[in-house]
Amino acid sequence: MIQTKLTVTENIHLTADVCRMVLAGDTSAITAPGQFVNLKLDGFTLRRPISVCDYNENTVTILYKIVGHGTEAMEKLPAGTEIDTLLGLGNGYNTEKSGETPVLIGGGVGIPPMFNLCKKLLAEGKHPTVILGFNKQSEIFLEEDFKALGVPVYVTTADGSYGTKGFVTDVLKDLDYTYFYTCGPMPMFRAIEKTAKTSGQYSFEERMGCGFGACMGCSCKTYYGNKRICKDGPVLEREEIIWEAHA
Amino acid sequence: MGSTRVTLSGWELDNPVIPASGTFGFGKEFSELYDINCLGTFSFKGTTRDERFGNPTPRIAECPAGMINSVGLQNPGVDHVIAHELPEMKKYFHKKVIANVSGFSVEDYAYTCEKLDKEDQVGILEVNVSCPNVHHGGMSFGTSPEAAAEVTKAVKAVTTKPVYIKLSPNVTDIVSIAKACEEAGADGISLINTMMGMRINLKTGKPVIANKMGGYSGKGIFPVAVRMVYQVYQAVKVPVIGMGGVSCAEDVIELMMAGATAVQVGAANLIDPFVCKTIVEELPAVMEKYGITNLTDIIGGAHHG
Repeated sequence: MIQTKLTVTENIHLTADVCRMVLAGDTSAITAPGQFVNLKLDGFTLRRPISVCDYNENTVTILYKIVGHGTEAMEKLPAGTEIDTLLGLGNGYNTEKSGETPVLIGGGVGIPPMFNLCKKLLAEGKHPTVILGFNKQSEIFLEEDFKALGVPVYVTTADGSYGTKGFVTDVLKDLDYTYFYTCGPMPMFRAIEKTAKTSGQYSFEERMGCGFGACMGCSCKTYYGNKRICKDGPVLEREEIIWEAHA
Repeated sequence: MGSTRVTLSGWELDNPVIPASGTFGFGKEFSELYDINCLGTFSFKGTTRDERFGNPTPRIAECPAGMINSVGLQNPGVDHVIAHELPEMKKYFHKKVIANVSGFSVEDYAYTCEKLDKEDQVGILEVNVSCPNVHHGGMSFGTSPEAAAEVTKAVKAVTTKPVYIKLSPNVTDIVSIAKACEEAGADGISLINTMMGMRINLKTGKPVIANKMGGYSGKGIFPVAVRMVYQVYQAVKVPVIGMGGVSCAEDVIELMMAGATAVQVGAANLIDPFVCKTIVEELPAVMEKYGITNLTDIIGGAHHG
C-alpha cells in the first residue's frame, strides 16, 4: 500500500448514476485485479473505498455509482483535481486457480473489478466468459468494453429489456466453466452459491474504517478464521465463506 | 534545541506521541508504511482474557467531524498476544509498548494484567474501564468510582508495572472517578475514551451500526478531551495521558497545556496512516512557533496564572 496524490483526468457518466473516473499518478502499488483504492474527499471524514476497474503504469480507472453524499461529491470533481489516495489495498483475485475457461460474473456496480481481471486472465492465455447482470437496459455499462477484449459476453436484465431476461444465474446454469469469479450484491451471491458447479472467488463489500487492516471495522468470520474484508479480503474463496455470517 | 522528551512513571519517551489502542493494531500494518520507532510508544489493541470476535457488522458510521465504531474489542486473547503478537512486534518496534487491557469482571482484568505484567516489552498497563461497546462489560466499571477503584486495586495487587486507568467520558463527574482510581493505587490516568453516539440511515430508517450505538471519536470530541484532561489534571497528582480527537501537533500541545504528560492519537490514524509520524516531525517547529523549549515545561500550563 502507498499513500499518494492522484490527479483526476476524466470523470464522466456512463449511465444516469454510474460514473467513470480516471486518475493519473503512481499506480505501482496495485498488484492484482480486485484490489481497491481509498479516496480522501474534501469535507468527508472517512475515505471512500472504490474497486479498481482497470489500471496501467500511470493511470487507474474506477467506476462508481452515486449512492450517497460521498459519491455525489465525487461526481462533481473536475479534471485536474488532486485526490489523496491509498492504493494497492486488499488481496484481489487470485488467477492461479482459474483453469482454462473461468466465468466472470458481475452484478451492477460489482462489475468493474471484472474488467481488469478479464484482461489478466486473457494475458495468461486463458479463455474467460463474462456474465453481466443489470436491472434494465438503461443501466448497462462496460458491455462494449468487454466485447472489445474478444471474450463471450452475456448480459441479463431483470426486466428483460435487454439480453437474457432474468438474473446472471439464468445464464450461469447452462454454462460449462472451470472456475468462477464474482462481485455484486448479496442476493446475487446467494443465487450463485446455489447454482455454481465449481470453486470460485467472491469479492465482498463492507463498511470500512481505515481500509488497511488497522481498525477491525470490517471483520468477518470464515472457516479459515477471522478475516478483515479490507486487508485479508475483499476476495474470499467459496470454500471459506460462512454464509450465515453475512446479513 | 529544545526537547520533546516526556516521562511517564519513570519511563522516558522520546516524544509524547502515542497511537491509541484500537486504531493501530499491534503496529504491524503501520510498520510496513514507516519506521514506527519514531513514536514515543504505542498502545496496542485492547486485549482480553479470551479471544473475541466482537460485534456484528456494520461496525463503522461516519460523522462530519469523526466516526462511530462498534468493533466490540475484537482481539486474539492474551495468550495469543503473548505467544505471537509480542514476539512479532520485536521485529519492527524496539521500544516498550503500552498494553491495553479490557475485561468483563474484576478477575478478568487481574488475570490478563498479571500475564502481561511479566512481559519485558510492556512499559505500562493501560486498563480500559470505559469501552462503551460491550454490554455487561467495561461501561459499568468506568461509570462508578467504586467499580473503577475495585478494578484498579485488583490489578495493582498482581502487577509490578505502572497501571494507568483509561476513563470513559460518558459520566457526569469524571473527576470523582479519576480520584477514586488514584486513591486505589493507579499510577496514571488515560482519558478520554470514545463518547457514546449513534447515526441513523435516512434511506432505511434504521441505525447505521448493527449494534445500534457505538463510540464516537475524531476531531469532534477534542474540546471535550481538553476539558476533561484539564479537570482531571487539577484533581490528581499522577500523570495524565490525554487523548480524544487529536490530529496535529498543535492538538498535542493544547492537551499538554491542559495537563497531559503524553498524548494519544486515535481515529486520525485510520484516515491518514502517516499522521503520527507527521506529528512527531512537526512538533519541534510548532514548539518553536509558540516559544516552547522543553515540552515538559508546558504540562498543565493552562492552570497557572
